[in-house]
Amino acid sequence: MKDHTATAHATDRTELINAVGLHARPSVKLTQLAKTFACRVEIALSAEGPWVDAKSPVKVMRVKAPRGAVLHVRTSGPGAAAAADALIALVRGGFGEETNQPADLRHG
Amino acid sequence: MAELRLFGRSAAPGVAKGVVAVLDAARRPRREAAGTQAEEASALQLALSQALAEVEALAGRATGEAADMLGFQVAMLSDEELVRPALEGVGAGESAAAAWEAAMEVEIAGYRDARDDHFSARTADLEDIRDRVLGHLEPGGTGPVIPDGSVVVAADLPISRFLAIDWARGGAILLTQGSSTSHVAMLARARGVPMVVGLVGAANAMAGREALVDAATGEVVLDPTEATLAIFAAKADREMTAAAASATFRLRPAVTRDGTRIALNLNASSAHELEGLDPAICDGIGLVRTEILFHGPGALPDENAQYEAYRRIVAWADGRPVTIRTLDAGGDKPIPGVTVDGESNPFLGLRGIRLSLRHPALFQIQLRALARAAAHGDVRIMLPMVTVPAELEAGRKLLGEALASLARDNLPAGHPKLGIMIEVPAAAIAVDHFDADFFSIGSNDLTQYVTAAGRDIGTVADLADPMNPAVLRLIASVARHGRETGREVSLCGDAGGDVRVIGALLRAGLRSLSVAPAYVGAAKQAIAAIDLRDATP
Repeated sequence: MKDHTATAHATDRTELINAVGLHARPSVKLTQLAKTFACRVEIALSAEGPWVDAKSPVKVMRVKAPRGAVLHVRTSGPGAAAAADALIALVRGGFGEETNQPADLRHG
Repeated sequence: MAELRLFGRSAAPGVAKGVVAVLDAARRPRREAAGTQAEEASALQLALSQALAEVEALAGRATGEAADMLGFQVAMLSDEELVRPALEGVGAGESAAAAWEAAMEVEIAGYRDARDDHFSARTADLEDIRDRVLGHLEPGGTGPVIPDGSVVVAADLPISRFLAIDWARGGAILLTQGSSTSHVAMLARARGVPMVVGLVGAANAMAGREALVDAATGEVVLDPTEATLAIFAAKADREMTAAAASATFRLRPAVTRDGTRIALNLNASSAHELEGLDPAICDGIGLVRTEILFHGPGALPDENAQYEAYRRIVAWADGRPVTIRTLDAGGDKPIPGVTVDGESNPFLGLRGIRLSLRHPALFQIQLRALARAAAHGDVRIMLPMVTVPAELEAGRKLLGEALASLARDNLPAGHPKLGIMIEVPAAAIAVDHFDADFFSIGSNDLTQYVTAAGRDIGTVADLADPMNPAVLRLIASVARHGRETGREVSLCGDAGGDVRVIGALLRAGLRSLSVAPAYVGAAKQAIAAIDLRDATP
């Protein structure tokens, strides 16, 4: 899945496993994380694009990526590999949200 | 004027009386471009920065869900991409307001038309952003001022508008659209603001009229008669008395009318949840769910992170017993990299202790963290979803190994009691086969497994009733076994906080219940009304 080349480009992809997809809160977390990197960070729902600036919450929200969609990440520039790894880790960690309905409350 | 009755659905209970203030969603016609393109553009930028400052101020005072949703608005307002299409409109000769409204209409349509509910639910936030900026562009200011204590009528109410109103002075929310599961509804319930959604009636015709709201039933009376006012006043009195009564019960021990002392414990997920609560309201913590620790971004929590989380809860309890459940993942609570995806029936699959025993390294980390927390207080470890005695014995062996490894590492640790949850019918029926230090009945899962009906499946939810005699008989037999063998038996499902069920649970022999913090007062009040000398409820 990974393609970390020496020329400071990286691409990776992972499934959106959190309960609600890339909605408001996850989008804010994603853009905040992307902004911590100097390199260009983009996301897409397909390897063919269209690619969207991951540092813009307005653009990320326009993607309307639902739960179960495969999110592609593309970075280029200084720290590209680290940026891609960090974004993928955030998505795989479910954005720190419950990955399903508030099931805690249903369990005795 | 004759009184008029309107009906909607309850979103937050309570009664209120006040004058209707309508938040008008109707758009006024936009003025022509009054300045040069540069002046219109800078007016738009100024309005945006004023709106951003307002939302940032609201976000700074908000907590939890509200803070998150206002944070979303801050992120959107801070993004130059939001204003870019409107600036293009200004460049084409439109006024700042007209260009902004047209550009936002396109943006909002993308949300409104989204097939995913989570995105269409954000429409209200985008509309709120639009209107807040428009308020700064329009002569005359920032939209209608809502007097405190008003009965606010609107199609839907954005969170930022909710937070801008001082609800301590009374009032209520009536929405012609809206949903009882919205963020505003959650806030209204938390703040005790009466709220009705789906109200049928013409909102604009209500402005300025006196309204009575009984949000528990969803009933609204406009221009009430003297007789109706008297009935509502009596109802409001009763509600206040009931709320005050249950508040006074909070700090008292739970005792039945015949003098039987009941242990009343709390359910919690984190120390954060307990902040601001007086430990004196409870006899201990009957259930700490640990799943929340495993949902952070990135890696699973290490031993120190878990130890710190448990230690904070133990410190809060101030010497009272704290029962911590080991990871109860699986079923409907997946954890990436740990739980199994795509089980045909997750509730009958690899979950609870079954999963922990498959991941001994992960389990060992949790057991070590729990034993270390036990050095600071009365920590008890509870294993979920135990079906056969071998699972308890495997857990005991791993706990022994954790204690031995902590001794080798010279880390202080306690020797926690080891108990099991009774939620699988096999364990409830053959409870005498389990050599556990204590038992805790998980009434939610026990009920759904005994009745073969999921509470989350609307069509059969009625069957998942803890009052089913089969469920109550199993509870009674577990309680009897506990009494006969000197083992503590508690109950930590939703049934423990349900005032309609508590009587049956005590009659089944339970003397210890664990409930959500919000239900402590009502549960103690219900317990005080029960006389166990009576044969029937």
